[in-house]
Amino acid sequence: MSADPRFDRPGPDDVFNAALAEGRFRLQRCRVCGAMRCPPGLVCLACGSPDLAWVAVSGAGEVYATTTVRAREGDYNVAIVALAEGPRMMSRVEGLAPEAVAIGMKVMARIAPEPEPHVVFKPVEHQP
Amino acid sequence: MTALRGQVAVVGIGNTRRWNAPGRTPFDQAQEAAILALEDCGLGLKDVDGLFCAISSSGLPVLNMAEKLGIRPRHADGTMVGGASFLFHLQAAVSALAHGLCDVALIVYGSNQLSAGGRLVSMPDPQPYEAPYRPRYPISSYALAASRHMHTYGTTREQLAEVALSARAWANLNPDAFARGPLTRDAVLGARMISDPLSKADCCLVTDGGAALVLTRADRAMDMKAAPVYVLGTGTAVSHRQIAAMPDLATTAAVESGQRAYAAAGLGPRDIDHVMVYDAFTITTLMFLEDLGFCAKGEGGPYIASGAIAPDGSLPVNTNGGGLSCNHPGMYGLFTLVEAVAQLRGICGARQVAGCEVALAHANGGVLSSQATAILGSAATL
Repeated sequence: MSADPRFDRPGPDDVFNAALAEGRFRLQRCRVCGAMRCPPGLVCLACGSPDLAWVAVSGAGEVYATTTVRAREGDYNVAIVALAEGPRMMSRVEGLAPEAVAIGMKVMARIAPEPEPHVVFKPVEHQP
Repeated sequence: MTALRGQVAVVGIGNTRRWNAPGRTPFDQAQEAAILALEDCGLGLKDVDGLFCAISSSGLPVLNMAEKLGIRPRHADGTMVGGASFLFHLQAAVSALAHGLCDVALIVYGSNQLSAGGRLVSMPDPQPYEAPYRPRYPISSYALAASRHMHTYGTTREQLAEVALSARAWANLNPDAFARGPLTRDAVLGARMISDPLSKADCCLVTDGGAALVLTRADRAMDMKAAPVYVLGTGTAVSHRQIAAMPDLATTAAVESGQRAYAAAGLGPRDIDHVMVYDAFTITTLMFLEDLGFCAKGEGGPYIASGAIAPDGSLPVNTNGGGLSCNHPGMYGLFTLVEAVAQLRGICGARQVAGCEVALAHANGGVLSSQATAILGSAATL
């Protein structure tokens, strides 16, 4: 095989999901410039380097944008959370009424197991 | 200004005006629009050698369109970036025509989204990093952007309501608009919430429809049936796919596409007589007017609330009634160009903008993902 060995490891979506299944929230950090990316991919979005390392995410974040989806089965929150490490991700803030989720709220990640493992957030107890 | 300014003209427009037309496929609507556009300029199907097409429900729209119309284009472009696709096609057609890759370009679209079920149909394009959170697509993405705009600039739902009311006021001057009749502020503000802060009244219509444009180089355009409308400048920008990847949810890439179009045309916002912006939701009209420079950033709410974009206001915006009140067949972008050309031709009846010489059309695709701006002008602007 003459494929470039730098890309021999499993695809980044598979690695991300495998980590979640083991209860770990991991993302890639650039070995060149230190930027973290979410969702995973093959290059650093800040500098373009393909030299990325999987690292644990702290789970700390802040609500960047929020909406309450009105549904027959019950209203629920959809939010964009800015992780402390920089990147943003779509998620859900739980543990309070969906319309009480506010931009700027400090939140902490946990991994919800069903239906497939995915990252959700809850407010931290002491908001600054 | 670029060398392409005024080199290419829109010579034909087609609009089926069939917003609820059961028994027709998207390609039926598109074919009808193509026939109307070619008849409008006096050319025939056999003259078309450049085909530009995107259809929500088809992965190979160019091949289907060419076969159905019996044409064998030597240049084709099926770029698919959502509702802005047709303004990307316009930019590509200008370049292809100017460089002799084709002589007669047809840009065409059709949809049966209302009669086929009344729901927006999106291209199959799974988003595994959004799916677990069940955002309603695409409205929740626009709602997230609206939440950010409100947080950053203090924009209110009352200000957004003025966008819907202005669109309806224009639609009431357009006999071809799908949603006509009185609309009150209370009705808009009392509409059922779908994804906060956006309610049903903040959403565009879901209709059927078909539209088409025919373009040639300017020298040939003089010989057509209708007065040519010249392409003075175009600009496009691609920003992201998922809303979480948008760099700043309160500022769109219309800033970039607009600057490119203004630079190409050698014009600025103050030179524009008529504006069409893709109003998929009320918040998009507001953000695009800011990002295209018609008011200061963050001032879109007060600007619109002042009545600026209503029929008696200072800036005629979405004079057909827009996606909110005229028509919205899934991907609306081409209709912004059709109305801009009609205004520049001076054929718009009760809604005609007096002295309309320069029009700006702006379209959006995905979830504020792709942006494209075109500036069109009459012969007086060359």
